[in-house]
Amino acid sequence: MSEREIRKTRAKEISPIDVYKLLPKTNCKECGEENCMAFAAKLVNREVTLEDCPPLLKKENEEAYKKLWEMLKPPVKEVTIGTGDHAIKIGGKLVMYRHEFTYFNPTAIAIDVTDKMPEEELLDRVKRTEDFQYEYIGQDLRLDMIAVRSTSKDSKLFGSTVEKVLRNTSLPLVLCAFNPEIMEDGLVAAQKSRPLIYAATENNWKDMAELSSMYDCPLTVFAPNNLKLLRSLTKTLIDYGIKDLVLDPGTFPNEGLSDMINNFTMVRRAACKEGDDLLGFPLMGTPITAWLEHKGTAEVAMWKEAYLTSILITRYADILIMHSLDGWVLLPNVILRQNLYTDPRKPVAVKPGLRVLGEPDENSPVMFTTNFALTYYTVESDIKSGQVNCYLMVIDSGGISVESSVAGRQLTAEKVAEALKETGIADKVKHRKLIIPGRAARLSGEIEELSGWEVMVGPLDSSGIPKFLQEKWKT
Amino acid sequence: MKILGKEEKEGEKKAVVKFGPKLLELLSRLGEIELEDVDLEVGDLEIWLQPSAGVAAPPKVVAPPKVKPTEILEAEFVPPVWEYPGQIVEVKLGATRGEGGTRRNSLTIGGERVPAYYLFEKPTPHPPVVVFDVFDAKIPLAKAVKMHVRDVMEDPAAWAKLAVEKFGADMITLHLISTDPLIQDASPREAAKTVEEVLQAVDVPLAVGGCGDPEKDVKVFEKVAEVAEGERLLINSVRLEMDIERVAKVIKKHDHVALAFTSMDMNLARELNRRLYDFLPKEQIVIDTTTAALGYGLDYAFSIMERTRLAGLMGDPQLQHPMASGTTNAWAAREAWMEMVPEWGPRELRGPIWETVTALTLLLTGVDLFMMMHPAAVKTVKEVIGEMMSGGGGGRGRPEKIAEWVTLKI
Repeated sequence: MSEREIRKTRAKEISPIDVYKLLPKTNCKECGEENCMAFAAKLVNREVTLEDCPPLLKKENEEAYKKLWEMLKPPVKEVTIGTGDHAIKIGGKLVMYRHEFTYFNPTAIAIDVTDKMPEEELLDRVKRTEDFQYEYIGQDLRLDMIAVRSTSKDSKLFGSTVEKVLRNTSLPLVLCAFNPEIMEDGLVAAQKSRPLIYAATENNWKDMAELSSMYDCPLTVFAPNNLKLLRSLTKTLIDYGIKDLVLDPGTFPNEGLSDMINNFTMVRRAACKEGDDLLGFPLMGTPITAWLEHKGTAEVAMWKEAYLTSILITRYADILIMHSLDGWVLLPNVILRQNLYTDPRKPVAVKPGLRVLGEPDENSPVMFTTNFALTYYTVESDIKSGQVNCYLMVIDSGGISVESSVAGRQLTAEKVAEALKETGIADKVKHRKLIIPGRAARLSGEIEELSGWEVMVGPLDSSGIPKFLQEKWKT
Repeated sequence: MKILGKEEKEGEKKAVVKFGPKLLELLSRLGEIELEDVDLEVGDLEIWLQPSAGVAAPPKVVAPPKVKPTEILEAEFVPPVWEYPGQIVEVKLGATRGEGGTRRNSLTIGGERVPAYYLFEKPTPHPPVVVFDVFDAKIPLAKAVKMHVRDVMEDPAAWAKLAVEKFGADMITLHLISTDPLIQDASPREAAKTVEEVLQAVDVPLAVGGCGDPEKDVKVFEKVAEVAEGERLLINSVRLEMDIERVAKVIKKHDHVALAFTSMDMNLARELNRRLYDFLPKEQIVIDTTTAALGYGLDYAFSIMERTRLAGLMGDPQLQHPMASGTTNAWAAREAWMEMVPEWGPRELRGPIWETVTALTLLLTGVDLFMMMHPAAVKTVKEVIGEMMSGGGGGRGRPEKIAEWVTLKI
């Protein structure tokens, strides 16, 4: 096997046996596992790290540790930006396709400010970036970073702007300037916070490399639509001693969109499938380029930036620089990012059965929903946030939403009638009224016939449940 | 000047940085030539310039000297091109007069030999088709959609005409929801009449959807297939719970195409195709493995489609079909249609961008046919498809166009 072929097998096909062979095999349980084999299995699944095995960290096991590290290291390097609690990790991808394992380190989103912005606007943008938050199935979706651009070409102004931003946020920074002298003023201002440098190019790479090693900051390489140059630059910079690189093959909002997708795809395949270490670094996309060449209203640029961002999140970007702070631009993208970075090995469905929400009594409403995880969690969160006390039957629809499962007959009146019996709900409440999802309205007649319960058709969306109950629920 | 060995790097670097000498300023004072000389002499050693220290300490050599590059080290880039044993079948939708129908054009989808938009391997053989949803009875629509079709909602023929002429639809899906036994229970004959009206009103290829009731749908499709013989309709959809033999035979007899719909399960998709192969050639089957909305299961839909396409290309003979997506399902997401606090923007923008993002995410898995609803989403998806189809040579992304984004004034 050539080295290339060996590397090809690296990402997904690591066997716990191979890992086990290199572990101390003492079964000491210091890691909290029953034995070394169990720990090996968890290592392969990325549920623990090598550092969780104390004996492995001892001097005599140094060799084994190194081999294991090499075996388990992701084909896309993990790069840390920022320091301490506020550091963010990007890259660290083990696979090209999420179904092959799972994606780690969700795409970091940075919002730009410039050194020519009036102070009020600058601080407002920083604050809005920090405060951005959307609660989605029990998670807080947020933005991650601030990108400071030098548009004034005045290095002092850039430095003082970086300083100002740092005083007002704990988010990690990207410093954007192609002029090394301007960059250095930014780095001096940000010297304890390990910002990401943007960017080394064909022209300035040597100075940027010096700055990157001097200030110990990760460095972005910018080689728009030229992967040979990109690869040459990474080779040069690695040789120079720079270890933490980020790759920007160029984000083309208009003509060249297909080249952009092509480049991102080739880089990721080369890294994950062919073990190309020169391209095994996080990828940066800059949807802010949607604002270049744009004519017409701001909404047009925002619209373009919104969908360009989504394409980049899907096609392998590990970090993005955006301009729009508008909710409708960001919301679909932070949700898309959450979706694609969930663990695809987790089931789509929750367990069917009766859920007791709040403190229901014999007069409390009885409702049902399907066992599709997202449907269930949405309904549950609406009921809880509305402080409703009720019984919720979760019916097995094969893990499909209400509307689709009614259409596809995975959710039928028979199943509802059966659930009413099986859950023993009749013993828990005095009434015989069942509230059904609005999207299952067409089943109401049949349910009444089969079960003998009176059906009330609930709202089309579970956000309407609290209001619905307030207006309609009487026993 | 002080030159340190690697060992000392960690501890001393911080000190150096803390006093903040400006490296580049110093370098320019030293001059480029001098620096290069130093490089060559001490090689791999890190260079630290600390004017405040004043005196240069002797270098501590810890590793064999290595020269730092002074020029770009040229590296090759070879596109990572693979070969795939499988190919997606080509399916033709719609038929012109010469082909036995009455459409102005037919549309061919499928034929892929490489994953979606791996243009460094092969160009995409046919552009994906964007189909506009039209309903034959009043249904609740999101406000952002309704505002565009309000005047035609009672008239499917006018609705179809509007979609083609104003919104640029490549094709129409007529959903015969009036046939639902639990609602209007329109007869197959009435439904077929509506199909004829729409075929009269527009000359693009047509897909015809049922109401979701497996028994009623078969009856409706039988009648529709008969009246539209030779038009190569896309029958939306054939499902496992149906009388597959009956519906497949009628599709074959009158020369239409089956949209084989399964719910997010590759095994079910294979099973349905296997059963259809008894009656239909592969070239008359398009598959739909279910589209869930962004935020409501899109990740599942995405991965099932991505896996399905890759499996087909890797040689799975039961999954080598063009893929369709009911992208309209994006509107099931409350974030698409609900009034929210102002910070999330007007739903007139949130809704269509939701549909757009859902479509583009699935476009990248290889979807060949999108059934959509909002004019702005349709327009954007068509534009992106247009750009994807014109690419491939690698020369369209001109570096100078984006090189100066850092100093862009917004």
